[in-house]
Parts: sequence; C-alpha cells; structure tokens
Amino acid sequence: MATSLATRTVVPTLSSSGANRKTTSGVKGTVSKIALKSSFVGCKVTVPTAPAACVVARHSVSGKVTASTADVIEAKPKSKADDLLVTRDEALDVYEDMVLGRSFEDMCAQMYYRGKMFGFVHLYNGQEAVSSGVIRLLKKEDFVTSTYRDHVHALSKGVPARLVMAELFGKSTGCCRGQGGSMHMFSKEHGLLGGFAFIGEGIPVATGAAFTTKYKREVLKDDNADAVSVAFFGDGTCNNGQFFECLNMAALWKLPIVFVVENNLWAIGMSHLRATSVPEIWKKGPAFGMPGVHVDGMDVLKVREVAKEAIERARRGDGPTLIECETYRFRGHSLADPDELRNPAEKAHYAARDPISAFKKYILENGLATEAELKAIDKKIDEVVEDAVEFADESPLPVRSQLLENVFVDPKGFGIGPDGKYRCEDPDFTAGTAQV
Amino acid sequence: MALSQGIMAASVAVAAPVVLLSASSAYSARPHGALSSATLPALKTRKVFTVKASAAEQPASFGPSSQKLWTPKLVTNAVATKQETAATTGAKGGHELLLFEALREGLEEEMERDPTVVVMGEDVGHYGGSYKVTKGFAEKFGDLRALDTPIAENSFTGMAVGAAMTGLRPVIEGMNMGFLLLAYNQISNNCGMLHYTSGGQFTIPCVIRGPGGVGRQLGAEHSQRLESYFQSVPGLQMVACSTPYNAKGLMKAAIRSQNPVILFEHVLLYNLKETIPDEDYICCLEEAEMVRPGKDITILTYSRMRHYVLQAAKTLVSKGYDPEIIDIRSLKPFDMYTIGNSVKKTHKVLIVEECMRTGGIGASLRAAIMENFFDYLDAPIGCLSSQDVPTPYSGPLEELTVVQPHQIISAVEKMLSD
Repeated sequence: MATSLATRTVVPTLSSSGANRKTTSGVKGTVSKIALKSSFVGCKVTVPTAPAACVVARHSVSGKVTASTADVIEAKPKSKADDLLVTRDEALDVYEDMVLGRSFEDMCAQMYYRGKMFGFVHLYNGQEAVSSGVIRLLKKEDFVTSTYRDHVHALSKGVPARLVMAELFGKSTGCCRGQGGSMHMFSKEHGLLGGFAFIGEGIPVATGAAFTTKYKREVLKDDNADAVSVAFFGDGTCNNGQFFECLNMAALWKLPIVFVVENNLWAIGMSHLRATSVPEIWKKGPAFGMPGVHVDGMDVLKVREVAKEAIERARRGDGPTLIECETYRFRGHSLADPDELRNPAEKAHYAARDPISAFKKYILENGLATEAELKAIDKKIDEVVEDAVEFADESPLPVRSQLLENVFVDPKGFGIGPDGKYRCEDPDFTAGTAQV
Repeated sequence: MALSQGIMAASVAVAAPVVLLSASSAYSARPHGALSSATLPALKTRKVFTVKASAAEQPASFGPSSQKLWTPKLVTNAVATKQETAATTGAKGGHELLLFEALREGLEEEMERDPTVVVMGEDVGHYGGSYKVTKGFAEKFGDLRALDTPIAENSFTGMAVGAAMTGLRPVIEGMNMGFLLLAYNQISNNCGMLHYTSGGQFTIPCVIRGPGGVGRQLGAEHSQRLESYFQSVPGLQMVACSTPYNAKGLMKAAIRSQNPVILFEHVLLYNLKETIPDEDYICCLEEAEMVRPGKDITILTYSRMRHYVLQAAKTLVSKGYDPEIIDIRSLKPFDMYTIGNSVKKTHKVLIVEECMRTGGIGASLRAAIMENFFDYLDAPIGCLSSQDVPTPYSGPLEELTVVQPHQIISAVEKMLSD
C-alpha cells in the first residue's frame, strides 16, 4: 500500500519565527508516492519509489483511499503533553550536551590565543544542534566518524572533556596520547572512529564499521550485533568521490549507517552554492537508493526526530539514510580563518537562531525545567570545562620513549637489525635513541 | 590471466626437492624475457629459511588504560638459527602447485581458521578473482566473505579499514596494484597512520595484495611498481613474494599479523610451479631468504627479478663466479641481519630490482647498506633498476626498460673484475 506524502508544513517546535533557508511548507512539485513508514517532522522526505508519479495521488495503486496533503496536516489532535518531543530527562541531557559543546569550544579559542594549543583548530560553535541531536540518541557501542571539526562529536559521544582538552594541549594523557591532536580524536571505548583531516576520508571508515555489523549478523550469526554507524561531514565533502562511492555501497548492501551532512554553507571560503551544481544535498540520497532527508539543523528537536527515525531504520536492517542538516558555524572555518568572506547580515541572521537559546526557550516555555535548573547546568559545565583545562595543564607532555610506541601494533615491523635481533628488542629503541 | 602465460612452468623431477621452475626455452630464444631454468648445477640441496611464526602476539593494546602497558613479548632469536634443508620438506611429501594456487591455499586456510577474515575487491567473488586467487571462495564462504566491491578503490579500502578497526581482518585485493593509486589516501592516512594517530587504540590488521610489476606488454598504467610509492608511509609493512612457497607463507603471515601489510605479487609469476609442504607453515614477514649461498658477490633482489638473477647466475657459475643470492622478500623493513652477514662475507653488493631507479627500493636499500656496513664494502653498491620511463607498450621498448639477465651478468662481471 502506497501512501503519498507531500512535504509538510513545519510543525512548530522551537522557533515558529525561524525562517528556514528553504521553505518547507506547502506542496511542491516534487512529490512522489512513497511507502510511508516514517513520520519525519518538519522536513521534506523523499524516499525512492517507482519512477512513476510526481503527482499528489488521492488513491493508492490498490485503490484504497490514502492520505492527501490536507489530511496529513490536520492529522492528529493531541494533548499538550503529547506536543512535547522530549521528556524532561532527555531535554536536560541534550541541553547539557549542547552547553558543554559551546563552552568547550569557547574555551578552546581562549586557550589557543594563549598559546596552549597550536595548529589547525576548527570550532563547532553554532552547530551544536546537530551533534547533540544525533549523537545523544546513540548507544555506546554505536560508531561515529567525524571530520576535523570533531571536538564536539567526541564530547557528545561521551569522551570526557578532560581527555579531549589534554589531547588538544598535546599531553600524553589525551585521548590519543597527544599523537592525534585537534583533528584526530579517537576513542575505542566510546566508539569514536575518528577525527579525520582529509574530508571524505572518514565516510568509508564509517561504512566499514557498518559492514562489520552486517558481517557479524550474517556471517558470525551474532543476532545481538546491531551497532549503527553515523558519519558526519560537511557540504564541501558532498562533492567528493568518497561520498558518492559510499552512498552507493551503503545502499547496495543495506548497511546500518546514517550519513549526516552538516551543511553550513561554507567550505572555508567556498560557498556551497558556488561549488555545487545541485545544492540540495538531500536529493542525492534517492539517487543512490536511500531516503534523503532535509532538516533545519539549528533546531535540535527537529534534528533529533529525524535522526531517531534514521537510526531505528538502520538498526532494524532497512539500510542507510542521508540527512542534510542546514546549519551554520558562528566562527570562522578555523581559528586561523579571518572569516572575511561571509556576509555580516548572514551571520547576524544565524546568530539570532542560536540553537542553544532556542532550546532553552523551548524548555522553559514547556515547563520541562526551571531557569534555576538550567543555570545550574550552565555552572556545572563551566566547572567541567575549567577542570578539563586544569587537568590538561597539569598533565605531562609525552616523553621521548613514546615516539615509536604506536607506529606498529606489532613492533617486529621495525625489522631485524644488523645484530640479528629485532630492533624493538634494543633497549635504546624504546628510549628513542636507537637508529631505525 | 593471459599475462602469466609467458612463463612456461613445468615441474622437473630432480634430486633437489624444492624446484622453482624450469622452462625449456633459454633466454635468447625468447627475447621478450622468458625465464629459463632455475635448477642450478652448482646447488646440491636448496637451503631455505623456514621460520615458524613467533608464538608471541602483541597484547591487544587499545584503550587509554592499556596504552601505557606496552610490553613487547618477543621471540629473542629473531632470526632462525637452524636452516631447514629442502630435503626435510621433500621427505614429508608435499604437493605441487602453481603460485596463484599457493596464494589461494594460504588465503583459504586462513579464512577457514579465522572467521573474521574477509576478502574484498573487484571480481573476487563470483568471478573468482581476475587471477583466480579467490576461485571458489564465493561458493564456499559466501558473498559477504568474498565481497565483490564496486569499482571504488579508495572507498572500499577505507571500508576495509573501518571493518578492521571494528573487529574484522580484511584482505583487500587490488585487481592490479596500480589501481591502488586510487586508494593511496586511505592506505597512507588510515592503514598506515591511524594506529598512531589514535594513540594505539585501533588496530588495522589488514592485508593489501595484488599483482604488480611489468607484465607482457600491458602498457604503462598496468605495469607499475608501487612498492616505491608506499615505502615511505609509516606504519606499513611491505613484503614481496616470488615463489609458491613464500607466496603461501607470506600470505598467511600477513593475514595473521596485527600490522597492515602490503603483499606484492607479480603478474608474470602466477604460473610458477613448486612443491610445497603439506603441513601448516608461515614465512617470517621481516626476514630475507637466502636463495644461493656464495662468496664472491651479494646479489639482493626480490619478486620477479629473483628469477632473472637465478637465470643469470647459471651463466655466472659456469664462468666460475660464486654469487650469493638473497631474495630480500621484506621490502619494508629490510632484514639487515641476513643482508649484513652477506656483505661482511663478500664485500660487494649488487641490487637487482624492477623498481624505477629514482626513489625505488634499491635506492633505499643502498642507503641502508652504506649506513650500516660501509666499512665492509670493497666497492660502491651496484644497483640495476628499471629505467625511469613509463613502460612502453611495444615489446622491444618494454624489454629495454626492465633489467635483463644479460645486464645482470655484465654488471657482476664488471664488479668482480675490478
């Protein structure tokens, strides 16, 4: 039975004044018959269908009456309590996560300008709704890959702020022993598969992790294997071959993966619209055989709803989903970016749509928590971030002997020395003074 | 598969039980460089280093807590002190097969032994592999364990990395090694470096394998030698097989290794025939293979050039020279012990390789030998490499880009006449 689903009007959640970049209200020309399983709220849904109709059909093929656009909009009368998309606990968890992301990144900027961290640091301010909206739904065993803008993904996934900050300071207590840095956050314990400096590089890795889940179920007969992978990447990556290649493979093998595009309109100084022939990234999902979902990425609840559906879809084995989150970064591409190209009016527009203040407003208006409770969370996060900085400051820098330790898992890979012994058996080797 | 028909491999029943290959045609009769008989009259028995796998495995070192507990558990007699003579192998029977079958056998045994081993690549499944290394695997192991990938090298290599990080042991086949240039991003950044940048948390126990080298008029792009391109990537191990025996042994060792290993095969060696042991064995990934002991000059080689060197050695021996031939096998890292012992004995070194002259394996090897054994050298290290030329299609031109046995003979004679 096929139900036709038109694009819906935005169900008011956070900011009814929130003007989306693209209006999602009303019936557009691109409507197709789809098998309706999901209930995406406030977003366009395009699910691959038979090549036929671009028509709002009132009747399905089987002749049963199906819902039309008008019916959908007036769908369910609900009570006030049902209006809420989150419980109190969920709301507070998400709020805390978003505040942590924001505070942490602000602290990073401070620390960078004080000379505590170096190199390329890419901050996530403004995009917290995406990270918190998606990752807080995941289990610890689920996998996440990110890009160089990965601090907040790491925090949302559960990596302690201390370990992330120590890593940024280059200390040996960092999550990657100081060897990775800002762009290479990894955590085996929390399922963070990286942190990648080259864009697109992490998408195949996430695809591989999803493949492992499928392999465990079908080859190793482990019915409990249901880890979902989520790959985060930006608009610039969506013109890269690895993106398309992985969409193809994921859909081909129905891998349990969710592709999340954080479309913040800018790839350093290259506007998305100048780089992309078809700027609607969500449209590229159906081209490969998966749903392409378009969502307002400044609205954490919308992102959460969409992500929930996509993750459940993946977990039950129905395959991948492509989610395009329209979001915005408040700071430059990195701390070295003067950010001169972006229109101040554009920046002001999005600053007014700060996801944290919007969500705070939602929480307060719907009585999920009091102002005092939220302030307490803010204070707690301040302390967490301060503690992280202190921890990182006091942590030791790596010693020389650490240099060669993780080049190989099996250090026999350094080879056999002239004396017939493996090089790594040489005591000077670990001291870092041996010649290799 | 048409490529490997250039080698006439026929087994010859000889006293020396381990026979590499023999072909009736001598070099001069086939100017395009067929390999001729490798049964050298000077050899009584073939001495082959068979090193069993070190039983010590690295402790699984992921997670911040275990990162600091890096305690190597190693076998201290890293180099085999006893040589297994071929007579032992022969006495136990053994079975005869071609090199691609040896690769298949090794891969199959490892897949049976460990259910997390998965082969990925183009046409490895239903087609059975373009060089038949995975023939029958899709039927036996299923479509997921012999995964036919779309033509997207960078992405399926990255996918293999992701799978390796999350518990599988992928074997990535590049249909031709040259195609892996497209996967360079993933091989360098993720296979090689991810273990390090993650602070030791994730392991990438993958094997990347495929045929490379100059074939029979395949054109420039199908005739590439990627060992020189990958040798600088930190965190990778590289080995090159040259006989059915070491092909199977290296395949198995590579799969069992926790490090990412690149196994270089050669398009023209797939039909080499040899008798290999029936019992389970692996070859040490870091060791070189002593092919022919001698005292006049050390010839270091690998892969297909080993057979050219052996062919040249036939002539050299008949002229009274006594070359020591070592198949270095491990392209990264170099086995400085075997090589060093040889240099100390002969004081003269000639490297014969198929890599390009510039930045090739020979270039690195020369530097390493000079650095470690300068005082033992009586002459500059000679190096015969391929010309820095895109391999031309036309036969005579192609022949000129690759080292030929007569050049090896001349080089040795020149070095030993000084």
